Amino acid sequence: MAREGDAVTDVHPEGVVRHHENVVTPPGEHDITDGGPDMVQFLDAEGNRLATNETNAPYAAIVEALTPEDGRAMYRDLVLVRRVDAEGHALQRQGELGLWPSLLGQEAAQVGAGRAMRKQDYAFPGYREHGVAWCKGVPPENLLGMFRGVNNGGWDSNENNFHLYTIVIGNQMLHATGYAMGVQRDGAVGTGDESRDTAVMAFTGDGGTAQGDYNEALVFAGVANAPVVFFVQNNQWAISEPNYKQFRIPPYLRARGFGFPGVRVDGNDVLATYAVAKVALDAARSGQGPTLIEAFTYRMGAHTTSDDPTKYRVAAEVDIWREKDPIKRMRGFLETKGYADQEFFDGVDAEADELAARIRKACQEMPDPELPTMFDDIYVDEHPVVAAEKAEFVSYHASFEGAGH
Amino acid sequence: MAAQKLTLAKGLNSGLRAAMEADPKVVLMGEDVGKLGGVFRITEGLQKDFGEDRVIDTPLAESGIVGTAIGLCLRGYRPVVEIQFDGFVYPAFDQIISQVAKMHARSLGALRLPMVIRIPYGGGIGAVEHHSESNEAYFAHTAGLRVVTCADPADAYWMMQQAIASDDPVVFYEPKRRYHERAEVDLDETVGAPLGLHQAAVRREGTDVTLVTYGPMVKTCLQAAEAAAAEGISLHVLDLRSLSPLDTGAIAEAAKRTGRIVVVHEASTFLAMGSEVASFIQQECFYHLEAPVLRVGGYNIPYPPSRFEEEFLPNLDRVLDAVDKSLAY
Repeated sequence: MAREGDAVTDVHPEGVVRHHENVVTPPGEHDITDGGPDMVQFLDAEGNRLATNETNAPYAAIVEALTPEDGRAMYRDLVLVRRVDAEGHALQRQGELGLWPSLLGQEAAQVGAGRAMRKQDYAFPGYREHGVAWCKGVPPENLLGMFRGVNNGGWDSNENNFHLYTIVIGNQMLHATGYAMGVQRDGAVGTGDESRDTAVMAFTGDGGTAQGDYNEALVFAGVANAPVVFFVQNNQWAISEPNYKQFRIPPYLRARGFGFPGVRVDGNDVLATYAVAKVALDAARSGQGPTLIEAFTYRMGAHTTSDDPTKYRVAAEVDIWREKDPIKRMRGFLETKGYADQEFFDGVDAEADELAARIRKACQEMPDPELPTMFDDIYVDEHPVVAAEKAEFVSYHASFEGAGH
Repeated sequence: MAAQKLTLAKGLNSGLRAAMEADPKVVLMGEDVGKLGGVFRITEGLQKDFGEDRVIDTPLAESGIVGTAIGLCLRGYRPVVEIQFDGFVYPAFDQIISQVAKMHARSLGALRLPMVIRIPYGGGIGAVEHHSESNEAYFAHTAGLRVVTCADPADAYWMMQQAIASDDPVVFYEPKRRYHERAEVDLDETVGAPLGLHQAAVRREGTDVTLVTYGPMVKTCLQAAEAAAAEGISLHVLDLRSLSPLDTGAIAEAAKRTGRIVVVHEASTFLAMGSEVASFIQQECFYHLEAPVLRVGGYNIPYPPSRFEEEFLPNLDRVLDAVDKSLAY
């Protein structure tokens, strides 16, 4: 077992398996701190723009086309999303939320993907995609209800084309694929009309790639050539299990087996995630079918507020990833290029403070639902059992009124 | 359109066709539903007439079929998915229970999943294992789903259209051993469906003992009633049709009519539909009872190899034996 201070590269306990000559273990496969040469990257850890190379070349034009204003907007999103997450975490610790799944460390993966989506594109999240929700225009307050326990979802996904969070890992990958099949049937693919052509994006983590539904979704999407982009945030840990317990080869290499391309991108580099997501979404919208994107990143915090990562992972690993911080990196880029000044950064911080205060207030003021509504919306058409139970419930509670209770 | 003599299978096929003609958003999905027309030919000819975009041959993956159907619903479609056999629905169980049943409530009413999940069910056809089960109780137990079953060609024709028109998800059980039974079906849409999707139907009027049943056992119970009549016993036969919700008004009426009730179904009796019906009757009709509510069903074992199934499934003798027991109180 790894202990604090151990080396943290290539931690597969059995090493490379050699009993099949034709099994090639790709370089870096089990390295949870280095994405290897296949990883698309534009910024180094300090935010310096990396030279164009064989891996990032197909995406370079997209990054080149970004304006300083785009860069500042990306940075702002990263900071605000991190603040939403920090506030969610604090609210849980203070007893206002029952649970919070933190996205700390994954901001660039989600903001890059989210910003590459168009208004008509539809996102199907797991339960950690607060950054995608932000980019799709979902008020962060909407995300709190289910974690506070006042509802089990609670928003109309069609308002922002951002589906409800999905707790059962992997289910949503099929919903995204089916939705994309509907998009095809609507003829909203490959028309060349920017406001009409639609793609779907399905989000999961590395743990989700082990699920049957994930694999079935990739089969269906491949067979149908559906306009869906699978966005796997390989954050290295599925609660306490490192990802070599989830797969033998990494997700981006598995895509080929389903019949479409897989790309590994630096999930802590927002320029890279944006560019890779944009290419994949454009391909989907134009009728070229699915792409799988593996955003190589790291979950800096716990899986949720319920677990304790010090029990299962070493501090040295976390330290390595802290150096790859997505916000620090983007700030370095903006500063080096002279795209933003101190006033801008101070302004974003002030905005984050205001946002945090707004979320806190909204959370604390969130009313408990009216009790009889527990029986509402179970069915569209009236269901006599539910209707009878609701009537009985209302009458039972009414019996206490004025009786000193 | 005048009345026609149709098999139950053709009734379903005609119901699907009528729904597809009426609404371009209705799509069929499943394994082998296209060129083959399904292993029971329920979708025969539909892909030819409506195209591959509306009659979708899917990969062999039940969770995938139901999960993608959810996505199609969210995009505004009304998918009708075929689960090839009862025992194959379990890989899709998670999607049906965790997602299909709960989406409307989770969105506080904003989202609807107007999906029909067709399941050929029940035994008596000499099939291998996983091809003869009656697993309706799993789904009837889950809030958010409607569960129905047809017993004759007319119900097959009309209930299928009603299920597709429903904005709630419907699990539609088809009695596979009755697929080839023929009867007159009035296809006249000005007459329309004789009963609502949620209603039970009295299949035979009687005065001595009430048989409460559904699906493939309706015919068995009607045969039992014929046999009993020859011995001077008058059996009342109620076909539930809807398993969730139950038509409790019709059950109470039928129970009070005779005071003696036998519930008959193919499913194992433990925690089955019969348990719910018996419980309801003792709670709501207690003073009308002349005998305890009795149940006749499959034994509480896995569905056995087909050489045993004649003994496993309720037959005339077992139904009539229960009738005698009821009358002996």
